[in-house]
Amino acid sequence: MTLTYAILTALLAIGVLALIFGLVLGFAAVKFKVESDPLVEQIDQILPQTQCGQCGYPGCKPYAQAIADGDEINKCPPGGDGTIKKLADLMGVEAKSLDAAHGQEDIKKVAYIREDECIGCTKCIQACPVDAILGAAKQMHTVIVDECTGCDLCVDPCPVDCIDMVPVANNASSWLWNIDAIPIKQIG
Amino acid sequence: MQNNFDEIIEKLDNGELWDFPGGVFPAERKTLSNQTPIQKLPIPEQLYVTVKQHIGVEGHLIVEVGQKVLKGQALTKSMNPFAVPVHASTSGEISAIHKHVSAHPSGLPELTVQITSDQQDKWTQLSPMVDYQNQPTMQVLAAICDAGISGMGGAGFPTHIKSSPKKDVDFLIINGIECEPYITSDDRLMREHAWQIRQGIDVLCHLLKPKHVLIGIENNKPEAIEAIQVACRENPNYRVCSVPTKYPAGGEKQLIQMLTNREVPAKGLPVDVGVIMHNVGTCFAIADAIFSGKPLISRVVTVTGEAVEKPGNVWALIGSPVAHLLAHCEYKQEVQKQANIIMGGPMMGFSVTSELVPVVKTTNCILAATDHEVAGNNEQACIRCSACADVCPASLLPQQLFWHAKAKELEKTQEYNLFDCIECGACAYVCPSEIPLVHYYRIAKSEIRVEQEEKQKSDKARDRFEKREARLIAEQQARDEKHRLAAEARKQAMASSGNNSKDKIAAALARAKAKKINSSEAEHKHKEPTGVTLADQSEAATKTDTTASSSNQRVQAAIARAKAKKAAAESTHPKSEPNTKNASDKLEEIKIEEKQLEVKQHETPVEVITEQPSKVEINTQADNTDSPAPQHQEPDKAKSKQAKIATAVAKAKAKRDAQKRANDQDTTDPVPATKMHNTETDTQVAPAKTEEQQIDMKKRRIAAAVAKAKAKKAAENAAKSKEDKSS
Repeated sequence: MTLTYAILTALLAIGVLALIFGLVLGFAAVKFKVESDPLVEQIDQILPQTQCGQCGYPGCKPYAQAIADGDEINKCPPGGDGTIKKLADLMGVEAKSLDAAHGQEDIKKVAYIREDECIGCTKCIQACPVDAILGAAKQMHTVIVDECTGCDLCVDPCPVDCIDMVPVANNASSWLWNIDAIPIKQIG
Repeated sequence: MQNNFDEIIEKLDNGELWDFPGGVFPAERKTLSNQTPIQKLPIPEQLYVTVKQHIGVEGHLIVEVGQKVLKGQALTKSMNPFAVPVHASTSGEISAIHKHVSAHPSGLPELTVQITSDQQDKWTQLSPMVDYQNQPTMQVLAAICDAGISGMGGAGFPTHIKSSPKKDVDFLIINGIECEPYITSDDRLMREHAWQIRQGIDVLCHLLKPKHVLIGIENNKPEAIEAIQVACRENPNYRVCSVPTKYPAGGEKQLIQMLTNREVPAKGLPVDVGVIMHNVGTCFAIADAIFSGKPLISRVVTVTGEAVEKPGNVWALIGSPVAHLLAHCEYKQEVQKQANIIMGGPMMGFSVTSELVPVVKTTNCILAATDHEVAGNNEQACIRCSACADVCPASLLPQQLFWHAKAKELEKTQEYNLFDCIECGACAYVCPSEIPLVHYYRIAKSEIRVEQEEKQKSDKARDRFEKREARLIAEQQARDEKHRLAAEARKQAMASSGNNSKDKIAAALARAKAKKINSSEAEHKHKEPTGVTLADQSEAATKTDTTASSSNQRVQAAIARAKAKKAAAESTHPKSEPNTKNASDKLEEIKIEEKQLEVKQHETPVEVITEQPSKVEINTQADNTDSPAPQHQEPDKAKSKQAKIATAVAKAKAKRDAQKRANDQDTTDPVPATKMHNTETDTQVAPAKTEEQQIDMKKRRIAAAVAKAKAKKAAENAAKSKEDKSS
């Protein structure tokens, strides 16, 4: 009798304890829930946001979604090896070299419209993924250099070929201390 | 725990100081240049005033090329709190505003105002503010900003911003340490202008209201200490502290630590620990600006090193090329194996890329050292001796930073607090392997900065992309909604009007049918060749095909077919019709010419023409489209890009041609002969081309080229006729 009683007490006590802890944990799970970044967002943060479509997707977000769904990570030429390395770290896969089928890493460029040749057709405005081209029908268009991602998408639609991709000039603040590149006069 | 104010004062009263970790004791070599008074220099012929000489934003240019400026006249205007203006250092004319090699390690060209001196050195009108104590603080700050004063110790932080802190200031520290070897500009300035420096300190005290003023001077400058002590004797609140000589005691954070034992937090500012620090040179400039109204247009520069004959300190106008200073001090280039001029000291300076690099507000020294004075680049592998860690004044781990910086592990370098490195060069100085450590840190720092900038830019791009997508979707939805509403309205209208509308439709259909029957009847009759519809034309062409018997006629028929097709295509795109009046005039002329030629060349039997009156019409019409064709080809049909370009070019040419003709008509009476000539040349090419067209319709590009040539020729002819007329 005492034995049964003891067993029952123990079971009851453990049951009550389990219930209490269960409730505490359940409450904590709701109350202290950590909002983790969904994977797509994290990938999108790494991608360079040129929205150039060289990866074969219409923008960086769709490619981020595709990577999350298992696509290759080496399809982004503007990001280059740096982006691939970061993506590899995030996805826990091996870093590969850039897929040549999607283009090669290039120096940073911005679009420049030769304004006296522009006929004002607005085709480039429609093509620009980041609204970096200003203008109206039959008016001259121009590129807002600070907003241009250098995606190249405006070059093809231009019927008079008046858009150039100009390399971004180096200035003192973006200079990378490559002292060796400075010419020093050699005397005799 | 931060030391409180009274404790610090007590300790200072006892003549004691604290210390900072690390530090090195390089050979001072100051006696080379500190023995002679500061000399005045002749005014250089050309001055190169860099528009941006400080940390922050550059001012807005308010002068233009060719303008005469007076000494002290502002060249830029500050439009931003972080912008300070620059001024003309002497009177003269602005000969250029262009990109000139800058006083930056990269030597990258920056926007510069070049002034050709008139050697008169005539001042502009100055407005001193002697009663600054009665003026509102904002006014005094504005005067300091307008005088273009930015920190003259090193970084060049705008002084007016540093002088308007948001927090209480315990200590105003005046930095007269000048710990770097060779440099003596502050030393000489303190010896010779102690009084004016004190006046500058007075102004700063008025602005900052510090509890106490500490003037830190290294104990290797006893004359300077004495001079300042004499100047500050009247004010018990000003304390001159003789600081033991140790490099880099002149670093802002290091000096604060030495004098107050307070440590400036990482990413923090001195004001966070209740301290503001100014350089003695800045105090001098402030006094100049307030008491005589003079902007910052000159500064003391030490020209030293064993490669100059007469080392010493000079008053250099801001914008003087380095070569001017060196010439005055008799620089001997031959003693250097390789021309090497260092701007700044041997520890933190950089080699200038050209002798035309101008003196800027932060230039304190020009060092022309012989080869045995500066270490060569003889980098060897790190042996992990940790000597660098022992001397680091910021208590960093230079070795670890070096590994990670070299391996481009930028995140790791940040974990080791790369940005707390003050780039003093003590680590590189003691390195037995002669590794240029600071150089690696600078590369890593700039890479991190660029990466952060790119991150910001990509965030902005993402934002813009997403907003654009949202806008496009919203527009699409709005359109769909509009269409849906319109459709509903139509449906409702139909329902409400009931059978009535159905009757209308039926009536319309009947009308259309009747019309069709009528037109087909007309087609059979061919009574009006000029009014034939397009369908008629093509049908007529087919008819020609069947009736024509001779091979000549067959060829003609084929041409006609092709042309009819083209004409049909063209008339479906009425937009591509030439819109200039002159062009259409030309068209008419060509039409007539063509008709005549057609008849002559092919010697077609008259019966054929009379039987098929529409044929000639087709021919001539189609020819018309051929000869000026490329000028107004349908963009839809010309799919290839090149063809598009050709069209655009040809259009432009035709326009120009038309304009020229209009001009001709304006200036001279229209000469029919010339016009005839033009059209003749046009038509001469035309028949040859029709052959080509027969072979391949797609050879429009060639046609475009021919058209271009024609347009050119026409233009030439027009010009010629003009000349003839005038002669």
